[in-house]
Amino acid sequence: MDSVALEPSLYTVKAVFILDNDGNRLLSKYYDTELYPSIKEQKNFEKNVFNKTHKADNEIAFLEGMTIVYKSSIDLFFYVVGSAQENELMLMAVLNCLFESLNLILRKNVEKRCLLDNLDGAFLVVDEIIDGGVILESDPQQVVEKVNYRTDDNPLSEHSVAQHITEKLAITTNVLQTAKEQIKWSILK
Amino acid sequence: MIKKFDKKDEEAGSGSNPFQHLEKSAVLQEARIFNETPINPRRCLHILTKIIYLLNQGEHFGTTEATEAFFAMTRLFQSNDQTLRRMCYLTIKEMANISEDVIIVTSSLTKDMTGKEDVYRGPAIRALCRITDTTMLQAIERYMKQAIVDKVPSVSSSALVSSLHMVKMSYDVVKRWVNEAQEAASSDNIMVQYHALGLLYHLRKNDRLAVTKMLNKFTKSGLKSPFAYCMLIRIASKLLEETEGGHDSPLFDFIESCLRNKHEMVVYEAASAIVHMPNCTARELAPAVSVLQLFCSSPKAALRYAAVRTLNKVAMKHPSAVTACNLDLENLITDSNRSIATLAITTLLKTGSESSVDRLMKQISSFVSEISDEFKVVVVQAISALCQKYPRKHGVMMNFLSNMLRDDGGFEYKRAIVDCIISIIEENPESKETGLAHLCEFIEDCEHTVLATKILHLLGKEGPRTPSPSKYIRFIFNRVVLESEAVRAAAVSALAKFGAQNDDLLPSVLVLMQRCMMDSDDEVRDRATFYMNVLQQKQKALNAAYIFNGLSVSIPGLEKSLHQYTLEPSEKPFDIKTVPLASAPITEQKTEIAPVATSKAPEKLAPSRQDIYQEQLSSISEFQSLGPLFKSSEPVQLTEAETEYVVRCIKHTFAGHMVFQFDCTNTLNDQLLQRVLVQMEPSESYEVVHHIPAPSLPYNQPGSCYTLVRLPDDDPTAVSCTFSCTMKYLVRDCDPNTGEPDDDGYDDEYVLEDLEVTVADHIQKVLKPNFGAAWEEVGADNEKEETFALASVRTLEEAVNNIISFLGMQPCERSDKVPENKNSHVLFLAGVFRGGYDVLVRARLALADGVTMQVTVRSADENVVDVILASVG
Repeated sequence: MDSVALEPSLYTVKAVFILDNDGNRLLSKYYDTELYPSIKEQKNFEKNVFNKTHKADNEIAFLEGMTIVYKSSIDLFFYVVGSAQENELMLMAVLNCLFESLNLILRKNVEKRCLLDNLDGAFLVVDEIIDGGVILESDPQQVVEKVNYRTDDNPLSEHSVAQHITEKLAITTNVLQTAKEQIKWSILK
Repeated sequence: MIKKFDKKDEEAGSGSNPFQHLEKSAVLQEARIFNETPINPRRCLHILTKIIYLLNQGEHFGTTEATEAFFAMTRLFQSNDQTLRRMCYLTIKEMANISEDVIIVTSSLTKDMTGKEDVYRGPAIRALCRITDTTMLQAIERYMKQAIVDKVPSVSSSALVSSLHMVKMSYDVVKRWVNEAQEAASSDNIMVQYHALGLLYHLRKNDRLAVTKMLNKFTKSGLKSPFAYCMLIRIASKLLEETEGGHDSPLFDFIESCLRNKHEMVVYEAASAIVHMPNCTARELAPAVSVLQLFCSSPKAALRYAAVRTLNKVAMKHPSAVTACNLDLENLITDSNRSIATLAITTLLKTGSESSVDRLMKQISSFVSEISDEFKVVVVQAISALCQKYPRKHGVMMNFLSNMLRDDGGFEYKRAIVDCIISIIEENPESKETGLAHLCEFIEDCEHTVLATKILHLLGKEGPRTPSPSKYIRFIFNRVVLESEAVRAAAVSALAKFGAQNDDLLPSVLVLMQRCMMDSDDEVRDRATFYMNVLQQKQKALNAAYIFNGLSVSIPGLEKSLHQYTLEPSEKPFDIKTVPLASAPITEQKTEIAPVATSKAPEKLAPSRQDIYQEQLSSISEFQSLGPLFKSSEPVQLTEAETEYVVRCIKHTFAGHMVFQFDCTNTLNDQLLQRVLVQMEPSESYEVVHHIPAPSLPYNQPGSCYTLVRLPDDDPTAVSCTFSCTMKYLVRDCDPNTGEPDDDGYDDEYVLEDLEVTVADHIQKVLKPNFGAAWEEVGADNEKEETFALASVRTLEEAVNNIISFLGMQPCERSDKVPENKNSHVLFLAGVFRGGYDVLVRARLALADGVTMQVTVRSADENVVDVILASVG
């Protein structure tokens, strides 16, 4: 924790990643290429962070010379990493925005299964919040608006059920029609 | 349809990650459907997601396969599905570095960035700038300028941030967009404001005047974005630091006004900026500290963390300023976030009074098992600092440390604790016994060889001199029975020291030694046999020489001498006195050696300075007959710093001679000096034997010349002498540019400052770990005693330092540290006089009006005793 003042810059976020409850990477972006240049170093770092944070929901930690803010939801862990001198509240703003935006597009089902079903949406959300380490947007409403993402229509959504019923109805009417005809003919005979 | 299949697969895998077992080749195979007409957006979207997922997992894509997938992807621009298009942008950004010819999509992206769909425009700009290089930037410059001032915030923000990324690559082009950025800065949208400010600062940061103007403008107009405020605060504090502006400057007022901002983020940024300012007074700190104090009770962990971390920094420089927050900090000790709790405690330990120490220590022990090793080390360090501040509290600390020692923990953590306990023992003699007892208990169950040997060594040194040494024997012998070779060997050495010091323990130690002689390891057996035989002689002198105080020669020197001896077999036995002494003996004081150790650590294995000199001097034929080098002094400057010629002298002492090495530097670029030598005129009966001139001394290239002096044989007490020195040389003027000298030269000379040889040049420092034993070993045969009055000295410390530097001897038993509030002190000094005679000095000092000193000197040689006493007088 040195006291060297921060060079004024927009580059606030060093990395952001989402892990599952076994510490596996689901999504991660490193914006500072010097931080952990290789995949191996990145995964080691993620493992270390996960081991130190998954037990207690403490919101903030200081590891490997970096400030890390985090949040968990059911079986997901969200992390935002910044330098030791970074304003912790700025990092919190990013973390909250990430979480709230995902909460909105996943319709409050912030859990692994739902996230993976809508992984494209998650990629787009991260892309709208941070661009190359710069905070692009911090208002979750704005983020969701910009991403304009629709969750997948479930095969059993209202629409398809309605269609299904209409089809069924159509068939029934058909059967009724034929029956009517037959009765008519039999009477005429 | 494909989704349905996937879902089934997932269910089969009982809800695990559907992307888990993706095969890169299979996914790339699937990517072929990008070429099908009509495009199926949902299937394509899913495959793109898989590709990005694989890239995200760190899967390596070869250039060919990446390029192939990339080109297939470009076809998807025909679809108008929004999400699909956005995923295309992402793919472009991800693949920009691994695929070839990514610029193929430039026109599609340019179309999107200028098109009607606002949803596409921002992301398209960011993707485009990612693949654009300096040459192509010119082509899109017009669009970028327009985008920066676009009324849609997302477009403007995207353009500004992308410009910022490109400043590194093409500063000159982006610089031309300053006016547009300026316009964007007055936007109503908070993010646009922030990004514009960031870009403007990056473009202007080297122009202090422009930055000042910009700051003035924005601090007056006020901004809406809290991010932008934070940025402004950082710019302002940097500017304050650069201009060394006083704290009455408007910039400081601005930062202070931000303490009243409605956003916590801004308030914290301002407080942190004030705290980090150099030379801030307590009054200026007060408002910042009080907002941090408020944050300490915030429900947000991040805010509490930020506050306590910053307060911790304040406490380093201004502990008194933080005292007001002590109550709030104490509440944080029980914080569920252990990082916060630890920071709170270490801050409190810095600011707290002596009376609060007990309570704090109790609180730390309640949770120390829950925090990570990194923070535990921080706590131990804080305790260590506290022990130095409040030495009377060592009882509490020691208790606490021993509890920590019992807990689980890694090597670093244990080492920190052991170091801390050792330093407490050294600082407080009364804590010695408890400390040693805790350490004994620790080595009973210690898996770290390094720590075990370190503690055994300490036990051997301190244990025999405690009131009841017998109780340590059991602990030490247990090690001999149970541990690895290195630990067993260390234990044997420690045992020997007990036997040597305490006559009543000797019989039992001998019995234990006997057992050690059966050990399976060579080193252990060798040590045991050696000590056994030394101890059986029952001679104090032998014990002192071979058990308490080890070899004082330099190890590389010994190695070289032995090698030399085996090469030239002779009848004469090897004489250890011909081996140069270790020039910098390991000092006992850990605190003092710390800075030296850090600077010297990397070259630890390199030969010492003296070994290098020895090498250099023995390569000169005239000096080969002088014998081993006894001591080399620190360089002495013989000229002022800014003169034509810079000369410094190093005094090398041999058994019967001295060699003066003059390192000369010629700082005149129009002169070449030749045949440079230094003429020396001794004041006493020293005889100048020989000069070795430096052949040539070109501009700015140091060279050395030597003068050999024979020390007077007939009068051994003539140890000090003053030489008047003159440098003589042949000057040849030369061209400053080419360095080409004239053909002719003329003789000239230059008077140097006088050089003094003192008694310190004849004595090498040697550390005797057990001074008492060494004192007995030398014996009272040549003992002499005299009393002096040091009238000019006011304090005992000053007297001690003067004596040490005058005699050039090594203080032993930490006697160079004068305890506070004492009127008398005993200083023990040890050294070796030229010729290999041990010299020991005991100086009893008493403080009255001046300092009275009674000096007792012992040495194997009577002359040496006289020399010392004569020189002190």
